Amino acid sequence: MAETPPTAPASLDAQPNRFIFPRWANLLLPFIIVMAVGGGLYATLIVGLGFSPQATDVGYMPEQPVPYSHELHAGKLGIDCRYCHTTVEDAAFAASPPTQTCMNCHTNVNVANPGNIQKIKESWNTGMPVQWVKVHDLPDYVFFNHSAHVNKGVGCATCHGQVDQMPTVYQAKELSMSWCLTCHREPEKFLRPRDQVTNMKWSAKDHPMFADQPDIAESVAQLELGKKLKVEYQVRDTQYMQSCSTCHR
Amino acid sequence: MSAITPNYGYLRGSREIDNTVDTPGHRAALVLGNKTFHDVTEAIANVAERPTTNGWRVGFALSLALLGMLGVTLTYLVSTGIGVWGNNQPVAWAFGIINFVFWVGIGHAGTLISAILFLFRQNWRTSINRFAEAMTIFAVMCAGLFPLIHVGRPWLAYWLFPIPNQMSMWPQFRSPLLWDVFAVSTYATVSILFWYCGMIPDLATLRDRAKSKLGQALYGIFSLGWTGSSRHWVRYERMYLLLAALATPLVLSVHSVVAFDFAVSQLPGWHTTIFPPYFVAGAVFGGFAMVLCLAIPARAYLGLRDFITMRHLENMAKIMLATGLIVGYAYATEFWTAWYSKDHYEQSLFLFRLTGPYAWAVWTMLFCNVVAPQFLWIKRIRTNAWTLWLVALFANIGMWFERFVIIVTSLNRDFLPSSWHIYWPTWVDICMLAGSFGLFFTCFMLFLRFLPVVAIAEVKAVMPQAHAHGGHDGAKPSKEDHSDYWPEEGLSYAQHKAGQKK
Repeated sequence: MAETPPTAPASLDAQPNRFIFPRWANLLLPFIIVMAVGGGLYATLIVGLGFSPQATDVGYMPEQPVPYSHELHAGKLGIDCRYCHTTVEDAAFAASPPTQTCMNCHTNVNVANPGNIQKIKESWNTGMPVQWVKVHDLPDYVFFNHSAHVNKGVGCATCHGQVDQMPTVYQAKELSMSWCLTCHREPEKFLRPRDQVTNMKWSAKDHPMFADQPDIAESVAQLELGKKLKVEYQVRDTQYMQSCSTCHR
Repeated sequence: MSAITPNYGYLRGSREIDNTVDTPGHRAALVLGNKTFHDVTEAIANVAERPTTNGWRVGFALSLALLGMLGVTLTYLVSTGIGVWGNNQPVAWAFGIINFVFWVGIGHAGTLISAILFLFRQNWRTSINRFAEAMTIFAVMCAGLFPLIHVGRPWLAYWLFPIPNQMSMWPQFRSPLLWDVFAVSTYATVSILFWYCGMIPDLATLRDRAKSKLGQALYGIFSLGWTGSSRHWVRYERMYLLLAALATPLVLSVHSVVAFDFAVSQLPGWHTTIFPPYFVAGAVFGGFAMVLCLAIPARAYLGLRDFITMRHLENMAKIMLATGLIVGYAYATEFWTAWYSKDHYEQSLFLFRLTGPYAWAVWTMLFCNVVAPQFLWIKRIRTNAWTLWLVALFANIGMWFERFVIIVTSLNRDFLPSSWHIYWPTWVDICMLAGSFGLFFTCFMLFLRFLPVVAIAEVKAVMPQAHAHGGHDGAKPSKEDHSDYWPEEGLSYAQHKAGQKK
């Protein structure tokens, strides 16, 4: 100490007991780093995966008042979608069938388990409709129009999944805005001929157009056919298809 | 404190020491009262260390009451919906945006003082920069609140940021409203960094002086282990210079972007290229007015007249006068452009401003922003704390009305006369404006109570003792010429070695 020049500032050594910060504050830095990195990762995972429609909405399978099986009716028996959902080609809303539609067959058809259609019979006798539970429910600020899609060659299965394999109907796709936009931005990847809209087993490469190319990949066939159909059906350009007011009026 | 600096007399009719005049070869002192470094530390640290005063309690209680009112009206607004506000088509913006622009503008003096005046070596900034920077941050907090609630559904406000989401939707990058989000958030970040980094040495001073364990721990943590070593100082000064350079463009950019919100639209009264510079000048004008409004009572109450001297107040008054003239010139240009454009809509709008149902607001604005600052030409008015405070208050009122005039008068006469609508605020609008002052003053009172209100370390650098060959005032270095980071203040090195008490 004696050698220290008198103008030098006091070094820390000169004041061994000087308080700088509490010892536990040393833990703050790793704590903050762990919280910032870990918390950031955690929040990203929770929000990005946990709150995504893929996690929250896909697989929604409410219990219906009648254990009606699409697998049996649309799949094994091969009833066309439009036999029951009659309005899809003309209206925005895809109507649920009235009990009359069921009774067209079920007045004569015997069922393996008659208990299953007990509610249908009750409804038929009382005149009170069956209270089906809506599965594919979009927010009220989205104006989805079934006729616009069906008439431009968007297949039922494209949005509703393989309904012909569902004993009980569930939501197969996200129905989120980004999911809608994947098609609104590139409709050619999804379009099919109008007469194939309700076909649950349709694939592009089976189209007669590719009869001479048996080995063509599905995606290549879809793109080629889709581009042709897009022109043929006068599908609007992507700018219109992505405009806010196309879906939110 | 020792006797007043002998070179100066008093200003006529007041107790204020006149350090507003420079004589050749002799710079006016920026710190009065023949202070030693130790006196400076004592005077400023005392503000944060002294027992809570009743005056502070009253001020804090009033601010807290206004803040509570803000909380109540916010709850009412969010739970009911923004229909409780007076704005509706065609006046869709109204108070939410008026208050936003008003508060963002207030903040500009802080950045100007901390960044531009620093780069231009305006030493007088040291006494007021801490103060003005704090004001900036609290003003930006108030400013941020209004767009947040103006979106109507604050819980969706994250849509303003480009975050990947399930809607695969991005903000509209071509909209100035989005540029605002970036401009204001950058501004808030840089202002907080500037304020906090600049405060580190002073926080260390408060830590070294703190009596309580809690005070020691908190000041200790926030001073980030500052010891005052020369290595710390070298890095600190480098950092401060870089931050100042980074913040300088913000002074001009933030309010320019706010001006784009209006100028980019195609509305008569808004669609004009003069808006960005006119807004920046108005913001600096209003910002300095707010610094004066706060500094004049605070320096008296906190006993800081020797630091925030009449010279500081006068300098701010001069900046107010200069920017006030720019604002007045911009008003004149707007009217001239309207006339010269021969555009029917533009002309009728400006006639409507002067004569229509909002003429009272326009004339209030013109009086407060154009006429009132002219009094600052008179030295007796700008060197009298009372009259200066009054002019500054007028400027604050005028700047609020300027935004009212721009927004409400331009919107309320739509192109379709059938949509014309006279806008009046509801009680919720008015309570929220008053409540935002509650938020501002609550933060400000807490700042006055717990933090170093003047940059202790920086003020010492502009005192004569800091200059070996005599600096301001030509004074020779005193015997007590040493840094505060001496273990026991006020002792010479020899005394320190001998372990003597003063």
